[in-house]
Amino acid sequence: MSDNETIQGSAENVEADINCEIPEKGTYRIYIMGKAYDVPVGLTIMKAIEFAGYQFIRSCGCRAGFCGACSTVYRKEDEQKLHFALACQTLVEEGMYLVQIPFVPATKAKYDIYDLKPEENTILSLYPEIAKCVSCNTCTKACPQDIKVMMYIQNSLRGNIAKAAELSFDCIQCGMCAMRCPADIKHYHVGQLARRLYGKYLDDESQDLKKRMQEMRDGVWDEEIDKLVDMDEDAIVELYKERKIEARGDLDKDCKEGN
Amino acid sequence: MDLLYYPGCTLKTSAKSLERTAFKVMESLGHRLVEMDEWNCCGVVASLTEDDLMHHLAPLRNLIHAQDQGYQKIVALCDMCCNTLKQTNLRVAQNEDDLDTLNSFMDKESDYRKSVSVQHVLEFLRDDVSFKVLKKKVKKPLKGLKLMPYYGCTMLRPRQVAIDDPEEPTILSDLSRALGAETVDNPYKIECCGSYHTIKNKEIVRKRAATITGYATQRGADAIILSCPLCQYNIDTRGKEAEGSIEGHIQIPVFYYPQLMAIAMGMDPSDCAFEKNAVDPARVLKERGIIK
Amino acid sequence: MNETKPSGGNISELPDLNGTLAEEVKELCDEAFTGCYQCGTCSAGCPYVEEMDLTPDEVIRYIILDKKEVLLSKTIWLCSACFTCAERCPRDINITKLMETLRQLDLRNRMDEMALEDISPEEYNTIPQIAFVSLFRKNIG
Repeated sequence: MSDNETIQGSAENVEADINCEIPEKGTYRIYIMGKAYDVPVGLTIMKAIEFAGYQFIRSCGCRAGFCGACSTVYRKEDEQKLHFALACQTLVEEGMYLVQIPFVPATKAKYDIYDLKPEENTILSLYPEIAKCVSCNTCTKACPQDIKVMMYIQNSLRGNIAKAAELSFDCIQCGMCAMRCPADIKHYHVGQLARRLYGKYLDDESQDLKKRMQEMRDGVWDEEIDKLVDMDEDAIVELYKERKIEARGDLDKDCKEGN
Repeated sequence: MDLLYYPGCTLKTSAKSLERTAFKVMESLGHRLVEMDEWNCCGVVASLTEDDLMHHLAPLRNLIHAQDQGYQKIVALCDMCCNTLKQTNLRVAQNEDDLDTLNSFMDKESDYRKSVSVQHVLEFLRDDVSFKVLKKKVKKPLKGLKLMPYYGCTMLRPRQVAIDDPEEPTILSDLSRALGAETVDNPYKIECCGSYHTIKNKEIVRKRAATITGYATQRGADAIILSCPLCQYNIDTRGKEAEGSIEGHIQIPVFYYPQLMAIAMGMDPSDCAFEKNAVDPARVLKERGIIK
Repeated sequence: MNETKPSGGNISELPDLNGTLAEEVKELCDEAFTGCYQCGTCSAGCPYVEEMDLTPDEVIRYIILDKKEVLLSKTIWLCSACFTCAERCPRDINITKLMETLRQLDLRNRMDEMALEDISPEEYNTIPQIAFVSLFRKNIG
């Protein structure tokens, strides 16, 4: 996510980012679904596939490591291990032998979150296959987000909804875990249920949010919103340009009281 | 002494009463059950085919976690979990090749060096604490209470992982007598309660509960004492259901042994989680004058 | 795709085996079942023998005689791996392991005994976890 904008065309600029031998020719030989291509060093898998002439109509989404669409499975030539990555986030390497998995067939259980209770067997009753988990850890090894997948499934099985929600937080639903599971578990749906149950029933209520909602009901912000709605475009653009940016420290003076 | 404790899924859900009372009882004996930092479902029941290694991963992984935490022993409350962990431990001890394969498959974890043993809490009470010592800690002997010890399968079979003699076990009756109760023998004490048939063949389990209980009441037992969470559910809950379908059957209370230990050691009945029992156990204790 | 087949199904539904039943069983479990002299101790001690269509000693006979319909019996699914038979067999045959092997021959040929959907949410919510873990382990491939 952070290095993309600094990669230029030539190999020298990226030397610091890749710790391997950069071939003189400045390209890597990769295999896309078995066909060989030479692509410039320093490209992500996604850009390399496009460089090779393919146009993405599947397996491509936000290009920022968040949507989980570009799941890629690859092996390096002469290596035994199978790797799992997001195409938009991973740089190509010599001998990469890859394919993409655009979709994983994992139907979601039908439920109404308002009807559910955050009890120990709730997740088990909606996704009973979690009782088939053999603790092989294949799911964890298949996760491009370094999530402890097996542990959140185990926590769901033993009814620890809070822990399952916490462990599965970074999940982007790419589906690699579900594809590899010998017990046919649909991990990401299980994690999502855990997070929904946690957020709705177990987590602390955000007092700031409650306060703001009440203020809105009381009309405290009506005047300011009306002003914005009636403003002309130029004035709004000016307002936007002059806005305070938290990351720049603009709010530090205001934030002392938790405004 | 601190004991590394493996709970298993059921002890955290339907058998919370077993865990809670066991913790309290162990504490009053000067021992602490310390839950493992990380553990996974043990994957009952042990897999029996020669070539199936995958189903040994789950128990093995728990043994590795114990090893990593620096312990040489795991204690378990759940009979089935204890059995599964022991069987895998035995399998890898007897098969170097299998252990190598499993270790290399789990490449992210440390290698298991066969350094951990598995003990059932009942074994610990009998062998490490001793029932003699336990008897001295009894403040309210369970006088007048006639108990039928029920062992089930996984505590005693297969022989290599048994905690007592598979045909004539005495551990629960010894424990009961140490607590001051009388015991009643029963030919069905070691016969299977129905196990997982409780899901798809409930009638079989009801019949078993009725048979096991029937012999007990015939010989004058007031209640059943046992250890396994699934046996407890099958005999207690399904047994209560059987009162409707099997003529003449009345279900007697089914206690986990730590619940009776707690009462005998003078703890309050409210600490024993009796509300989780299908057949109210407090009544028979009141009738015998053991609690008010 | 794994299909759920009813217990006691008909002969045309037998799984494909490479060799004789005895050979397949021997490979998976390495038990000396030919030593069985039909004493009946296993059946006498089996808690579920009254509900079974074949008794455990008949099952052993079926394996030896290559009667593959044993793979469709109710017996192998009624076995709960209580080990009573294995403990008592005077010939030291691990009959529990034999039953598991027969189940595996079905399961590995994509003939599950049940599906997850057969169980109601109410049951999932009340029955201890351990029952589900063990049921799925024995009945679903």
